[in-house]
Amino acid sequence: MSKERSKKLLPWISTPLILLVFFLAWDLFVRVYEVSELVLPPPLTVFESLAEVVADPVTWDHARVTAIETIGGFLIALVCGVAAGVVLGKVAWMERSLRPMIVASQVVPKVALIPLFVIWFGFGMTSKVIISAMLAFFPIMLNVQLGVRSVEAGQREVMRSLSASRWQTFTHLELKSTMPYVFAGMEVGIVFAIIGTIVGEYLGGSEGLGYLVVRTLNELDAPALFAVIILLSVLGLMLYFAVHGLKRFFIPWHESVYSQQDVNR
Amino acid sequence: MSAHSAETIEHASNALDAPAKLELSGVGKEFRTKRASTHALSDINLTIRDGEFVSLIGRSGCGKTTLLRTLAGLVSPTTGEILIEGRSLWNGSKVDSSVVSKLGVVFQEANLFPWYTVADNISLPLRLRGDGKQDRRARADELAELVGLKGFENSYPRELSGGMRQRVAIARALSIRPKLLLMDEPFGALDALTRERMNLELQRIALATKATVVFVTHDITEAVFLGDRVVHLTPRPGRIRQIRSIGFERPRSIDVQTEPEFGAIVRDLRHALDEEE
Repeated sequence: MSKERSKKLLPWISTPLILLVFFLAWDLFVRVYEVSELVLPPPLTVFESLAEVVADPVTWDHARVTAIETIGGFLIALVCGVAAGVVLGKVAWMERSLRPMIVASQVVPKVALIPLFVIWFGFGMTSKVIISAMLAFFPIMLNVQLGVRSVEAGQREVMRSLSASRWQTFTHLELKSTMPYVFAGMEVGIVFAIIGTIVGEYLGGSEGLGYLVVRTLNELDAPALFAVIILLSVLGLMLYFAVHGLKRFFIPWHESVYSQQDVNR
Repeated sequence: MSAHSAETIEHASNALDAPAKLELSGVGKEFRTKRASTHALSDINLTIRDGEFVSLIGRSGCGKTTLLRTLAGLVSPTTGEILIEGRSLWNGSKVDSSVVSKLGVVFQEANLFPWYTVADNISLPLRLRGDGKQDRRARADELAELVGLKGFENSYPRELSGGMRQRVAIARALSIRPKLLLMDEPFGALDALTRERMNLELQRIALATKATVVFVTHDITEAVFLGDRVVHLTPRPGRIRQIRSIGFERPRSIDVQTEPEFGAIVRDLRHALDEEE
């Protein structure tokens, strides 16, 4: 029992320790090599700046904008990605006729298209929502498409031998069996959505944490720049763990969830 | 030809014993593709009476699985008729779902649904048919006990061994109280020791539920040990070569396998199988 508990507690002890070592090394490096504060400020300066940034209510407005853009784009991507994935996974001729386009769209560096979207949809939130939706769409669609196809033949046969209706086969088998793929797509998709939003904010607009990064850079305020980056990382972590939590809630039976629990145990 | 006469004798004696549960007459199956057609089954005639346990054996490719799949309503026969309790299973290439709902099928793989617990897997057929939650739970508990999985009702399939999973699959097939239990090499993927135990368990379950069973296997000993009769199929096209009645009273203990008569039957069947190629 105590052994299991200690295994569960391990990441909660190891992670702060690793972070502590990291910050100490950082501090030591800056002191020994006398690095300019403009290039790499010492961690304590960054923390002071972080405290200031966090205390400023304007920062929270920016963070809210980034969060809304990311979540909005992600939700659009989720709905469109699942729908497109199901259609492409089910309708063979459609998948075949669209495959070259899908491959092409995979290869094109979509981040390179972001300036265009800024031109087309303006400097406001719309362009960022669209960009993050576009980036998150593909991993979700591809995973769902794979998932729809991966329903086990033997399990289908069970449903057939029970003369299950199409709807029953969908709800008891196809939907359940595709869920792990949907969540795998979502975990990649949410990260892509954040990237899309931030790059969109870099390139145009006057709102969001991405905009704050550019502004602090232009002000040559390196400590504040680091502070905003930390905030962005925290936002990204929160969104990722939200998706991960949903996955653990909805598909506790799946090996990607329970094997992890076994490890933690 | 000798197979044919053996069958007619069986036919006559069965008629006195019990009503026919399953009747196959002139069942044939041809698979046609663009390039070739395969004659998988040809002129299968077989009558199985209520409560009987019939093993189907043959080399791989002899059509035994195809035959079972036609019985399960998964593959339509090209010719012939299949009657289950006097009602036709197939209308041309369309299956009569009210007849299929009297069947229980167990496949080589357990094919459980990992998102459902053992109890939910067992009672899935009842759920599809629209039974209430309490009835389903009661039946699942009852069946879990029957197949020796009491205490595992709320476990997930991943927590079970291969043998236990196959028990769940058997319980699932039994949940609707099938008139006919069809099993396609259900223990083929299990190790020899587990398999032997499962054979004893299956015999006990079959007798306890008075089930009529058609059991496909390529293991001669297993076929003889379990079956009231053993049907030997030969390939290309798949047809019945011989039907052996196994005289030992069921239930049989594992020791029956050491009896000389048992050994003789197994040896006979093995020679017959070896003669093909």
